[in-house]
Amino acid sequence: MSEEMMEGGGTIKKFCYINRKAPYGTVYALESLEVVLIGAAFEQDVSLVFVDDGVFQITKGQDTAGIEQKNFSPTYRALEMYDVEKLYVEREALEARGLSEEDLIVDVQVMSAAEIRDLLEEQDVVLSF
Amino acid sequence: MKFAIQVNEGPYTHQASDTAYQFTKAALEKGHEVFRVFFYHDGVNNGTRLTTPPQDDRNVINRWAALAEQYNLDLVICVAAAQRRGIADADESKRNGKDADNIHPRFRISGLGQLIEAGIQSDRLVVFGD
Repeated sequence: MSEEMMEGGGTIKKFCYINRKAPYGTVYALESLEVVLIGAAFEQDVSLVFVDDGVFQITKGQDTAGIEQKNFSPTYRALEMYDVEKLYVEREALEARGLSEEDLIVDVQVMSAAEIRDLLEEQDVVLSF
Repeated sequence: MKFAIQVNEGPYTHQASDTAYQFTKAALEKGHEVFRVFFYHDGVNNGTRLTTPPQDDRNVINRWAALAEQYNLDLVICVAAAQRRGIADADESKRNGKDADNIHPRFRISGLGQLIEAGIQSDRLVVFGD
């Protein structure tokens, strides 16, 4: 547990959001992003991890016209403005889906599953979506 | 230990709410503190008082409410997720021009900040879902 006090006496914890599911088909990805955006106001130490089909959330060229749903992928590019800049993607998840870093709309750090395990070990709060 | 609980699935279709309830009850009986139970995604459906299961089945909603009554638990339903799914208290119903509300009085509707705060304030956040 790594907690530090910020000015004003508030606690800063390491918050990690694990995104496991494809962006469409279920609402988890969209509503996870809503938590990240609201949570940004709390000025915590935030990381986002994309594993399994969650890597599809940040792929380029999403076209949702056919399913009549909003393409919310541009919002991931806005995360930087919310000081959410630690984005990690599991290498094995990319490879299993024929994807590479060039297919993604945001700058990320690609990590092995073992490295992501270590990253999660360091977190104080893990929210899984 | 101080726990925060997040419930991501509605009642009956998924076991997540049942398991979260059993975990919360066991933790409280062991003398632990539960700072808040936060209902998100379809989990907001755990808060409707209109639920009417068959008589020989458990009532997931009333069971949460009874536990809350006994231990003064804070049961919070996410407003954004609730609006999408038609879960409303009297204020929300009026504000959105609806003709009814359906929230169980032992639950309350509030924002996602309550989830983040629960994560900050508690020793462990335990997420129940798929």
